[in-house]
Amino acid sequence: MLRYDSSGKPFIIIRDQDQKERLTGSEARKANILAAMTVANLMKTSIGPLGMDKILVDQDGEVTATNDGATILKNMQVENPIAKLLVELSQGQDDEIGDGTTSVVVLAGALLEESLSLLEKGIHPSKISEGYEKACDIAVKHLISICDKIEFDKENCGSLIKAAKTSLGSKIVNQYTDKIAKISVEAVLAVADLERKDVRFDLIKLEGKTGGTLGETELIDGIIIPKNFSHPQMPKQIKNAKIAILTCPFEPPKPKTGHKLDIDSVKKYKELLEIEQNYFKEMTDLVKKSGATLVLCQWGFDDEANHLLLQKELPSVRWVSGTDIELIAIATGARIVPRFSELTEKKLGKAGMVTEKSIGTTDEKMIVIEKCSNTKTVTILVKGGNKMVVEEGKRSIHDALCVTRNLIKDNRIVYGGGAAEISCSVAVNKASKEIKGIEQYSIRAFSEALLSVPIALASNSGLNSLEAVSEIQLKQMKDKKPFLGIDCLSKGTDNMKEQNVFDTLRGKIQQFLLATQMAKMILKIDDIIRPTGQY
Amino acid sequence: MSTEAFQPARILNQGSTQEKAEGARLSNFIGAIALSDLISTTLGPKGMDKILQSPSNLLDSTITNDGATILGSIQISNAAAKILIEISKVQDDEIGDGTTSVVVLAGELLKEAEKLIHKRIHPQTIIKGFRLAKDIALKKLRSVSQDYSENQEELKKYLKKIAMTIFSTKILTPYKSLFADLAVDSILRLKGSTNLESIQILKKTGGLLKESYIEEGFVLDKKIGVGQPKRIENAKILVANTSMDYDKIKIFGSRVVVNSSSKLAEIEEEEKKKMLRKCQKIVDHGINVFINRQLIYNLPEQFFTDNGVMSIEHADFAGIERLSLVTGGEIVSTFDHPELVTLGTAKLIEEIMIGEDKLIRFSGCKEPSACTIILRGSSKQILDEAERSLHDGLAVLSQMVKNPKIVLGAGCTEIIMAQAIEEAAKETSGKIQIAMESFARALTRIPTIIANNAGYDAEQLVSELKTKHYKGNNTFGIDVMGGKVCDVQKIGVFESLLVKEGMLLKASEATEMILRVDTIMNSAPRRRGMN
Repeated sequence: MLRYDSSGKPFIIIRDQDQKERLTGSEARKANILAAMTVANLMKTSIGPLGMDKILVDQDGEVTATNDGATILKNMQVENPIAKLLVELSQGQDDEIGDGTTSVVVLAGALLEESLSLLEKGIHPSKISEGYEKACDIAVKHLISICDKIEFDKENCGSLIKAAKTSLGSKIVNQYTDKIAKISVEAVLAVADLERKDVRFDLIKLEGKTGGTLGETELIDGIIIPKNFSHPQMPKQIKNAKIAILTCPFEPPKPKTGHKLDIDSVKKYKELLEIEQNYFKEMTDLVKKSGATLVLCQWGFDDEANHLLLQKELPSVRWVSGTDIELIAIATGARIVPRFSELTEKKLGKAGMVTEKSIGTTDEKMIVIEKCSNTKTVTILVKGGNKMVVEEGKRSIHDALCVTRNLIKDNRIVYGGGAAEISCSVAVNKASKEIKGIEQYSIRAFSEALLSVPIALASNSGLNSLEAVSEIQLKQMKDKKPFLGIDCLSKGTDNMKEQNVFDTLRGKIQQFLLATQMAKMILKIDDIIRPTGQY
Repeated sequence: MSTEAFQPARILNQGSTQEKAEGARLSNFIGAIALSDLISTTLGPKGMDKILQSPSNLLDSTITNDGATILGSIQISNAAAKILIEISKVQDDEIGDGTTSVVVLAGELLKEAEKLIHKRIHPQTIIKGFRLAKDIALKKLRSVSQDYSENQEELKKYLKKIAMTIFSTKILTPYKSLFADLAVDSILRLKGSTNLESIQILKKTGGLLKESYIEEGFVLDKKIGVGQPKRIENAKILVANTSMDYDKIKIFGSRVVVNSSSKLAEIEEEEKKKMLRKCQKIVDHGINVFINRQLIYNLPEQFFTDNGVMSIEHADFAGIERLSLVTGGEIVSTFDHPELVTLGTAKLIEEIMIGEDKLIRFSGCKEPSACTIILRGSSKQILDEAERSLHDGLAVLSQMVKNPKIVLGAGCTEIIMAQAIEEAAKETSGKIQIAMESFARALTRIPTIIANNAGYDAEQLVSELKTKHYKGNNTFGIDVMGGKVCDVQKIGVFESLLVKEGMLLKASEATEMILRVDTIMNSAPRRRGMN
């Protein structure tokens, strides 16, 4: 790019033009919008209870089959910068809400698609952005006005289960929704602090296991660690275990400063031997003295130490992972002890029952820690016929857990099946007529874009999508019922209240906000520069 | 959406590919069906075997008809085929048998699904129908199974028949009765435990398959130290995991520095003494047999010989664990408290000869459940295949003891399930009905393939079989040996409910998973030599 300064001398702003590819103005915008739409179109088929899955084959040939938007996008190996933004978008929704990761991308894609025709009309992108902004405000306000509150408590969690079911409905686990939704809700309620409206997710552990079917997934009141006892002859079951959690190995200490210990006489050799033996004895004695009946160690054991532990009747587990250690510490009320000398009885955790269980015909074992003194930790053991199903099961349960948590934080809901989107679309469209200026067009475009999710929903369900959506639109306007939606499963009613299909208000608002923000951001770009040769 | 048609923007990495809708489905079907076709010829008593050659060493080949083994060793890049391999593996881990049928059933289900998709039926509708059909089949399967948990004597009889059914599809067919006895005998010793570890299978080339036998007690494929007694009665055994070569100092950073050769000799002497002290401690346990996981050097071995202790070195980890299990002794690594150590016992330890090899036999052990099956065979490949087959049988039988439910084999249950589904389909309206019928058809394909593999007019036989069932003869199946339809109870072909259940559930789960897919995205393969 060449420019001239005040004295007429040319200078170069961007070097090496010939090695760069450059798109500007409306061309850049169009290219960006096209990229975003490609991603959105890809995701469209995964929406709704009858949405399809995608198979992702990673670099090493490992197969993932999923219909979770965030997972698909994350593993897609996207290179296009705009497509990458959309991946981030769905990631953002996943981190914040955990569900609706597909819809948010589809919505953003639709907003951009609508803007394409606005651009062709000659409307300036920033005008479009402003319009979207306003429309989004209207939509969010409308959402708040039509939301319902659901009531629940620890005993009466029917409504939470229904919400979890909506989230699970679109996944492969949907033939066991009843059971898995119940498990998810129970898990969340077990760790939830209803007064503070807080749920600590790190207290719920998801453990996968191939074998059996998804229907055999179970909730365990405690923690599972995929390990076995360090010595085959240690008891396989410990009742009322007092647990010592150690983060130091049962080995002679290794000082971090470099040192050498020279042995130059028989006497020294003998002394050293004694010291070595004593190390092991001291370690095990200290543990025994503290009154522990189970040792969990983050590190390994020396053979000798291992045997001493057996002799002292101290069942122990080695190489327990750091996260597991933390979880167990929370669950059993134990303190994590970094040095043997600091081990006291007060620092021990308590668990009612610790058992080693073996599974199937292979020699796989796991240790189950149950009846912990601080019962607020649970494990969901996901089972399935193959690795991919188990992984997808875990992802789906994670989504359901998120939904439940969000409801505990904020119990306002809106109705699913596209009902909320259609209702907002109607409201936005109505509002647009009272707004002066060009923005009116973009607000109307926003209302059109909102329909993209219900349209995808309907077409995935094998309905005549446009017809179905327009019918619902009409009905909603006539009856003033914002809970009419697409009857995806042909249950014979479009009343989502009756079908018990609902989403969290927070999730929906977040979707609208994130999608709008993303559309605005992409519209703002008017120049793409990239080095050629890569493409 | 007209803009989409212009030119799809490229968003993926270079080298990544994407298959969509019909293309994706096609590639899934082709992959999965090709795989199931590949393996379907091994199904049934007259199924054929496959040679698997390892890519690195052409001389290293395996001959097998075990589904999981075949699938485990072929290299596949197709995503759907990978899912099928995975279910076969899981079936193997969980139940042990039925690894071929699970893949074949999934393949047949997908073939049927493909036809339905051509008829413009939405995959989700097919899934719905398949699910319904699966539930019906499962219910029927459970209702026709017979529970023998009350009647142990009967169960034992049936266990043998089940074992024979399993072995009849394997290399062991000619001697299936012998091997069935071996398997049942060793499983019954376990007394309900599913821990197959205490059954040891030892392969020795030479001799014939039919010369295989069960050895009471435990056999260790190791040598007794030089000059030590070859036979010890009332053995007291110390099972250890400790270094008996040179005892390294475990304190970090220590090293020996000497300034004269006399000093060196002193240290060396001390080292020896240290080892001997350790040996003395070991002998002080009052033992006459010492078995170590690690090496035993000459010096300690000498010491043991002098003290009349039999020492066995280098028993690997699995061997040690088994030994400690069967002799009841604990695995010891420190020797300061003989009074706390539980020693293992055996009535008799002696060296025996099998073929040309010397082995050590422990008999009269504390844990009577232990036994060793000695397999004889003329080549390594035969022995390997025999071991796999035996393992399948043992795995199924061990699960059977826990869950003693039996169904009829020989294609009988498949037809029963298929007919239950067809019955139910008649009362279901909508496209689901067609999907259910397809499911039933896929089930009947299994006996068809078995009959086909045996070289009979399969369609004829299966249709005869169907008629029999329609007339209410619900115990009829195909006698593959005789090539005719007959009462399965008479020919004694029984199978475990667990195997059939696993097959049905896993195959339909995998089918569903593959059907749900409408896009496949392949990442660019990791480039070699980069970074």
